[in-house]
Amino acid sequence: MRTLSYMQAIAEALILEMRRDPHIYIAGEDVGKFGGAFGVTGPVFKEFGPTRVLDTPISETAIIGHAVGAAAAGLRPVVEILFMDFLPIATDELCNQAAKIHYMFGGQVSCPLVVRTAIGAGMGAAAHHSQSLEAWVCHIPGLKTVAPATPADAKGLLISAIRDDNPVVFLEHKMLYATKGEVPEGDYTIPLGKAEIKQEGKDVTLICYSAMVRQCLAAGALLEKDGIGAEVLDLRTLVPLDKEAILSSVAKTGRAVIVHEACRTGGFGGEIAAVIAEEGFATLKAPVKRVCGPDTPVPFSPVLEAEFIVSAPKIAEAAKSLL
Amino acid sequence: MAPPGTAPEKPDRTPDSKEGGLGLDSASQDAGLDCERLLSLFRCMVRIRAFEEHAHKEFLKGEMPGFLHLYSGEEAIAAGVMDTLEDDDYIVTSHRGHGHLLARGSDPKRMFAELFGRVDGYCRGKGGSMHIADMSRGFLGANGIVGAAVNIGTGAAFAAKYRGEKRVSVSFFGDASTNRGTFHEALNLAAIWELPAVYVCENNFYGSANYQSDYMKLKDIADRAASYGFPGVVVDGNDVLAVRAAAVEAVTRARSGGGPTLIECKTWRHWGHFIGDMARYRDPAEHEAWLKRDPIPSFKAKLLAWGVASENELAQIEEAAEAEMDEAVAYGKASPFPPVSELTAGVYKEDRP
Ligand SMILES: Cc1ncc(C[n+]2csc(CCOP(=O)(O)OP(=O)(O)O)c2C)c(N)n1
Ligand SMILES: [Mg+2]
Repeated sequence: MRTLSYMQAIAEALILEMRRDPHIYIAGEDVGKFGGAFGVTGPVFKEFGPTRVLDTPISETAIIGHAVGAAAAGLRPVVEILFMDFLPIATDELCNQAAKIHYMFGGQVSCPLVVRTAIGAGMGAAAHHSQSLEAWVCHIPGLKTVAPATPADAKGLLISAIRDDNPVVFLEHKMLYATKGEVPEGDYTIPLGKAEIKQEGKDVTLICYSAMVRQCLAAGALLEKDGIGAEVLDLRTLVPLDKEAILSSVAKTGRAVIVHEACRTGGFGGEIAAVIAEEGFATLKAPVKRVCGPDTPVPFSPVLEAEFIVSAPKIAEAAKSLL
Repeated sequence: MAPPGTAPEKPDRTPDSKEGGLGLDSASQDAGLDCERLLSLFRCMVRIRAFEEHAHKEFLKGEMPGFLHLYSGEEAIAAGVMDTLEDDDYIVTSHRGHGHLLARGSDPKRMFAELFGRVDGYCRGKGGSMHIADMSRGFLGANGIVGAAVNIGTGAAFAAKYRGEKRVSVSFFGDASTNRGTFHEALNLAAIWELPAVYVCENNFYGSANYQSDYMKLKDIADRAASYGFPGVVVDGNDVLAVRAAAVEAVTRARSGGGPTLIECKTWRHWGHFIGDMARYRDPAEHEAWLKRDPIPSFKAKLLAWGVASENELAQIEEAAEAEMDEAVAYGKASPFPPVSELTAGVYKEDRP
């Protein structure tokens, strides 16, 4: 199978969907002429031009706000917020408007909107360009949250997100953009709400998503040297959450380490731990562990940033402590 | 009307043309400044340029992490405005803030230490270029969030007025940032509360890759002031004396209870949006024409013509700035990285004495 980067896979999903459905358009800062701050939408602009790939002013509230109206009026916007750190600027538009209009208006309107946004540390971009704020959006009923780890997943999940009739926040980890993987040709979807076991193991389940899947696979390799079989469960979507997959893997291994880059307190890991505690407690052989970012802003200095980001050895160490 | 997003026809936007032109008489007024003051404006600009050139070089060597947005070409604005302020005034800026710190008197050694992520930096290496602050000089920080600083600057102006102090708060921001809702909210609030605020728009005609006419229908951003009910003025941002004259008026108005002013300084950034951006979206003719308006050589020519200093004296200022920045880079690099314990220190005030 051919290999694409995460970034190319996302662009391919956008192009295929836009060919299929003229209601889909893209709007965001520098998505057009400049080709996207990370270069994602360049090929899309090339094919569809400025009527369907629209550069906006620096106006995050209007980027999401107008899209809610456009979606309610029948279009299918795919908008981009450069960095997830800027998403809070449009919190009302996303959380009070997009998330609620379907419910609040008794099902009369829907809001088929995708917000693509870049998360994560690792670029030395510091406190305002490095956060992983998925827990904030996961808390709002009416929004779906997707966080792919591989190019193939990114493509299939983005196509599903675009076809979904609800607002979906699609999280792209900036340190994954250049990573490569096999990606099937043509049109395919990966359903929202379906986790995937990226590596089988019998002793401990490493539950993760986005860039942390790579770290967990690396941790799995470290654990294997010690004869410990780690199962790496990539959630892929946080809302809807594949509880089945979590519970059945934990039932098999009896141990769970939950891993995310975002800060620990109020992080999505707490939700996963609660699911295991409520519905899988009897299957546990050891307490649930979380390996998360510390409760700090992301620091600039490279030594501090490196310490902020969860590493494979830390994950492996946590897993070992359960055995 | 063209459909939204359609590229406009390409006009001649070189600075002296009708379309892109400043529409200003950029002849400097003799502000009645003494030679020492004129030379200090020159020194300020030269030091900023030298700092930025050094930062550029270090960044290209791969020694500086993160994003680097250079102020080269816009020095006259920081130099001209800062010259009119008192020591206890407040300042905020955007992501392109090195020049403002230097003009305010911050130490380039500690600035370089910050840019290298070292412990002796102004923010202990935790902020970097985009989030550098120097509270000892009323400098409430650069900001990674475009449009965030104007609110903070407005709040500092409110604090001064609330306490009955004669302090002024100056906010520096880019042209494209004025499309953020915060800009409107902050300036309107400052207007109705009659705050001692000065809003300095550094209009370098680009918001990242987009030309002003791509993202706003106005030609002069200063016109936005009319919608808040306070004065807006346009100045040649590459003419340090013109900037200074406008700042004197605005700062005096603010300090004497006359409320806010919006000053739009038309200028040009010499490099891409950040280092690494090759700025291929710019028209080379336009770029060349603007480079001819570099604020430093043009002011230098005036100083020579006016007999303020000799070639030799001005060259000495330039050499001194080079040497100072060489030393500052060396200091920055010699400073250690913060200890790992710094990661979790200082999230809350009580974490640290
Ligand atoms: C809220 C927000 N949106 C977008 C960005 C990304 N961004 C950083 S600088 C910039 C352009 C700013 O242009 P302008 O305000 O004209 O300032 P200049 O860079 O020209 O000095 C953009 C889009 C950001 N940092 N914050
Ligand atoms: Mg600009």
